[in-house]
Amino acid sequence: MANTDGAAIRTERVSRHYPMGTTLIRAVDEVTLMVRAGEFLALLGSSGSGKSTLLNLIAGLDRPTSGAIFAHARDLARMNPQELAQHRSRTVGMVFQAFNLLPRMTLEENVELPLRLAEVPRSERAGRVREALERVRLGARLTHRPGELSGGEQQRAALARALVNRPNILLADEPTGNLDSRTGEEILRLLSEVNQTLGMTLVMVTHERTLAERFAHRIVFLSDGRLVEKEEPR
Amino acid sequence: MKARDLAELAARNLREALLRNALTTLGIAVGVASLVAMLSLGVGLQELASKRLARSGLFDSILVSSKQNLRGFGRAARKAEPATEEARALDETARQEIARLPNVAEVYPEIRFASELRYAGKSHFALVAGLPPSARMRDAFEGMKGTFFSAPEAEEDILQVEFARELNSEPGALLGQELLLHYAERHPLPPTTSAKSSAHDADPGTNTGLGFSVMPREKKLRIVGIVETQPGAGPAGFGSGRVFVPLQLAQSLKVVQGPDFNEIVRTSSSPGGATKYLSLTVRVSNPQQVPAVEEAVKKMGFAAFSLLDATRNLRRFFAILDLFLGIFGSLALAVASLGIINTLVMAILERRREIGILKALGAGDRDIRQLFFAEAGAMGLAGGALGVALGWGLGRVINFGTNLYLRRQDLPGEDIWSVPWWLVGAAVGFAVVVSLVSGIYPAARAARLDPVQALRYE
Ligand SMILES: Nc1ncnc2c1ncn2[C@@H]1O[C@H](COP(=O)(O)OP(=O)(O)OP(=O)(O)O)[C@@H](O)[C@H]1O
Ligand SMILES: [Mg+2]
Repeated sequence: MANTDGAAIRTERVSRHYPMGTTLIRAVDEVTLMVRAGEFLALLGSSGSGKSTLLNLIAGLDRPTSGAIFAHARDLARMNPQELAQHRSRTVGMVFQAFNLLPRMTLEENVELPLRLAEVPRSERAGRVREALERVRLGARLTHRPGELSGGEQQRAALARALVNRPNILLADEPTGNLDSRTGEEILRLLSEVNQTLGMTLVMVTHERTLAERFAHRIVFLSDGRLVEKEEPR
Repeated sequence: MKARDLAELAARNLREALLRNALTTLGIAVGVASLVAMLSLGVGLQELASKRLARSGLFDSILVSSKQNLRGFGRAARKAEPATEEARALDETARQEIARLPNVAEVYPEIRFASELRYAGKSHFALVAGLPPSARMRDAFEGMKGTFFSAPEAEEDILQVEFARELNSEPGALLGQELLLHYAERHPLPPTTSAKSSAHDADPGTNTGLGFSVMPREKKLRIVGIVETQPGAGPAGFGSGRVFVPLQLAQSLKVVQGPDFNEIVRTSSSPGGATKYLSLTVRVSNPQQVPAVEEAVKKMGFAAFSLLDATRNLRRFFAILDLFLGIFGSLALAVASLGIINTLVMAILERRREIGILKALGAGDRDIRQLFFAEAGAMGLAGGALGVALGWGLGRVINFGTNLYLRRQDLPGEDIWSVPWWLVGAAVGFAVVVSLVSGIYPAARAARLDPVQALRYE
């Protein structure tokens, strides 16, 4: 599914502005970025620099004010809402800092949700749910609810849910933000494993530069919505 | 999303806020119950009233008589159009002709004569009237003592209660007893006798020389029933008599009746052989057909008379009543629909994050909208079904109470409550539709929710 230039994600001068009274908040400002298929990219930047906003634009959860975003050569800005939902369902998988598992559903049911939304036949579902949970080493916790799991286990379950539809692109927004450093490292190892064994393109937003340097192929920095060569000294 | 997944997720969401959704559903149920209760009452009352009217025998009958009878003797010579001059006789041929008209259920003559009745050695005088078999459906026979005639020609009679008291102070004891009927049987004279010539010198005291001769007869009749009121027999039937016998039996007795004497003095009377009827009552299968049948009978050359169809006004009255009852019933459902809107809007606020997550996982606006509609529809369906059951139960209770009250008043019980199947279906359908309409706004709002905001929110 890779493009001729090998880009899984390409943004062209993409901006997301929020009008606030008379001023304009440029959460993302003319960002041009390319992520190769199979690449593990870390997105760093201080708080409020626009990392989440950029990730949400790539995910198709938000629409840019201007510019273009290509996911495997398809321009998200030109998709209608239904196509955009398809993009979220089939092309990308998302992992959040807050895990965002549905608390009243078991792990099995949480992981089945994307399959329901993608209208995957029932007969395939159980196998795929099990496979995804086994990949994150939660095969024995199928019927547990998120509240019965540790933070690291919850994030692994969220990762399984993001992988179950076999997307090409995995987007992780501070996946280790709510975890202690040892558990965070464990998650990163898992992400890296997924990136390598499945060849999945991975964009991860993080604050932790050391982890990013250890695992990511490439690091880019955002500052006030703009891409910068080096992280600003704080 | 596939319908089954949608249903499962909706059911799950409904279960998660069980108390709130159950209360909302109960609200719909109460609304539907009130609607069902109101409309069932309307339908029940309408059925009751129509049944009563039908049983009165007043609005489905036409009284037919010959124009000969209507014309007074003195005016017989009056100049009239040839058609009336040749006024048709109301005889058996005419009766059968009328019976063949469309929508005619039955045609029967009115037979009524004064007679002497002997019981326990004493003589009593009373009007005796013949009743057709269909009369048993009349409300006068509801709650009667004893039974209706066992056969159309049974040698039995039914007494009006006042007359029964004349015979025996304890009328109930009369059932099964024999009553001796004295009557005058009419015998046609051989056609050789000229009625024309003998009309003036006839001595009314003798049985000779007229259009017929008269023979005194008697017949034993078994008393099978006693009625409170005098059963009407069509428009002509008010106060028809105090002793009733089967019509067919009455006909076979060939009793001399009042109009027979008219023939004696009428020059144009037909030869004595043919039976002529004083009047015929035509029962029409449906009160709405009365005007058409009446018109047809008039075209045949008879005088016809019927009461204005009161059922038409009745139907109009009930249409208006049902409308108002329906509006009042729907008010409760309108309140219930506000409950649905409230519940679903609350659910959006509560499930903001969940909606955001679903969208992040690939749900489209349509999926979210359908999910909320499914929840609204499910509450509507459950509320509708529960409401019909509730309304039905409420109706049973009211019916029971009414009957208890009626029985206290020594009146026969009545079904004032009727829940027809169409009402069950319509009520459940209406509840679902109202719920879905109530779901439009919450569903649209949920679908519009910005997932970025929803996920940011904590
Ligand atoms: N809906 C909004 N309206 C106005 N401003 C917004 C809105 N959403 C985001 N912003 C602003 O856009 C900027 C970028 O926000 P974003 O969440 O992308 O930052 P971030 O880099 O992810 O920060 P953090 O590391 O704290 O998560 C911030 O200044 C934020 O205040
Ligand atoms: Mg962020």
